[in-house]
Amino acid sequence: MLRFANPTWFMNFSARLLPWLVGLTALLFAIGLYMSFFTAPPDYQQGETVRIMFIHVPSAWLAMMCYGLIAVSSIGLLVWRHPLADVSAKAAAPIGAVFTFTALVTGSLWGKPMWGTYWVWDARLTSVLILFFLYLGLIALRNAIDDEVQAGKLSAILALVGTVILPIIKFSVNWWNTLHQPASVMRMGGSTLHSSILYPLLVMAVAFTVLFFALHMKAMRNEILRRRVAALRITQVDEAMTPQAAE
Amino acid sequence: MMDLGPHAAFIWMSYGVVIGGLAALVLWLIHDGRKQQAVLDDFEARGITRRSAQSGGTE
Amino acid sequence: MSGFKSLVARDIRLALREGGAIGTALGFYLIVIAILPLGLGPDLNLLARIAPGVLWVALLLSALLSLDRIFLNDFEDGSLEVMIIGPLPLELIVAAKSIAHWITTGVPLALIAPVLGLLLNLDINAFGVLVLTMLVGTLGVSFIGAIGAALTLGLGRGGLLLSLIILPLYVPILIFGVGSVMAVIVGPSSFTASFMILCAISLAAIVLAPWAAGAALRMKFQ
Repeated sequence: MLRFANPTWFMNFSARLLPWLVGLTALLFAIGLYMSFFTAPPDYQQGETVRIMFIHVPSAWLAMMCYGLIAVSSIGLLVWRHPLADVSAKAAAPIGAVFTFTALVTGSLWGKPMWGTYWVWDARLTSVLILFFLYLGLIALRNAIDDEVQAGKLSAILALVGTVILPIIKFSVNWWNTLHQPASVMRMGGSTLHSSILYPLLVMAVAFTVLFFALHMKAMRNEILRRRVAALRITQVDEAMTPQAAE
Repeated sequence: MMDLGPHAAFIWMSYGVVIGGLAALVLWLIHDGRKQQAVLDDFEARGITRRSAQSGGTE
Repeated sequence: MSGFKSLVARDIRLALREGGAIGTALGFYLIVIAILPLGLGPDLNLLARIAPGVLWVALLLSALLSLDRIFLNDFEDGSLEVMIIGPLPLELIVAAKSIAHWITTGVPLALIAPVLGLLLNLDINAFGVLVLTMLVGTLGVSFIGAIGAALTLGLGRGGLLLSLIILPLYVPILIFGVGSVMAVIVGPSSFTASFMILCAISLAAIVLAPWAAGAALRMKFQ
């Protein structure tokens, strides 16, 4: 565990792993996209629009997984003071926001032909929208605080508060929706998935997940470099000040 | 071009948004990485280096 | 415990002396409710139908206006730092300040809601329930708000940031607050069920929020 705590070790490790991750991502996407466009048949209910599901479902899944990763990183920072945990949480937030955004947009584009409207205040859509706002809040809070260490810790608190309250939001939105418009909302994935649809979906889900880890690793590397630059700037200022102080 | 039925535009737009969003993310990450590396290289060229691995850490 | 009580009393006294903050929240509430029919049209049936939701949404926005007041004044004149060093645990300080905020903002807003409900043609039978749910709900509003106020304390441009952070967290309170009023007006769902959940949310906020806000404050003063 201690080994992982060392940024230098992480830089060496990720430098070797990242090209493989990128290659694997490309390979998986090639297979996944081929399957979703050429081998998957049109769904008997959704028609060709089922192909949107192949990118929508993995986006939504990663949007949630990314928040889980931020929560775990936040615990790592607050409880174990893991030096890489804050880097991980900071790197993950914009990536999670992008996946949440694509999940929302693709869902909306799927909804127009299927439900006849771009947006339904369906329980699931609403809770993903709130998740998107939580991501924006996390990013905005971190940007607003100048001190890097404090920004990390305060964002971690917000992320954990969000973790506690997300299930409550999800539950309340479900409850709210069933209260106001029962039965009118079609459930996505209502039909049991046939293997010809399921396999492309699984391959795409794995492809998105590997892509996420590649992006996250790259973002963490950038963040570590940024902190090195910041540390060097301070030493540089120190050195520049020393001769003046000696005069 | 394959036939994607009456809703082809929605499908292409979905894939476009995802590809566009992810491509923007990838480009930003690559650009950001190059920028930080360039600054670090510049520091190194001027003889300012990190004394220990720890100073580059989070604290 | 006496320290706790005197802190609550002190905060209430300060808020009353200042006056402006309570006035701002109440005034904003009144203005939002007053201009809404101008945008929606004077259809009384429509207004009656949306009244509970509108009253709740406007209440949350009004409360949001005054959230930064929970810590800001004491932070700026340094008395917050003195309190933190003092004998009272930080969690209790947060709780005391949240309660003071509830008494000076949540309670007045909840009490004025029926008057505004008249403007929106809200069913008279729902007035009691409206005040009751708002009194309970605003307790959660103040405590959850304390987390946001602590996190954004001293950041200057806190207004938008605070809303962005806090409004998503208010969703459950909004849903169950409106839900319980709606249950009384239109039925058929049970008032007790949603009201109990609203109580549970507020109780959970009272128990958990002081820790989160306290941790945030501790980091500010490290």
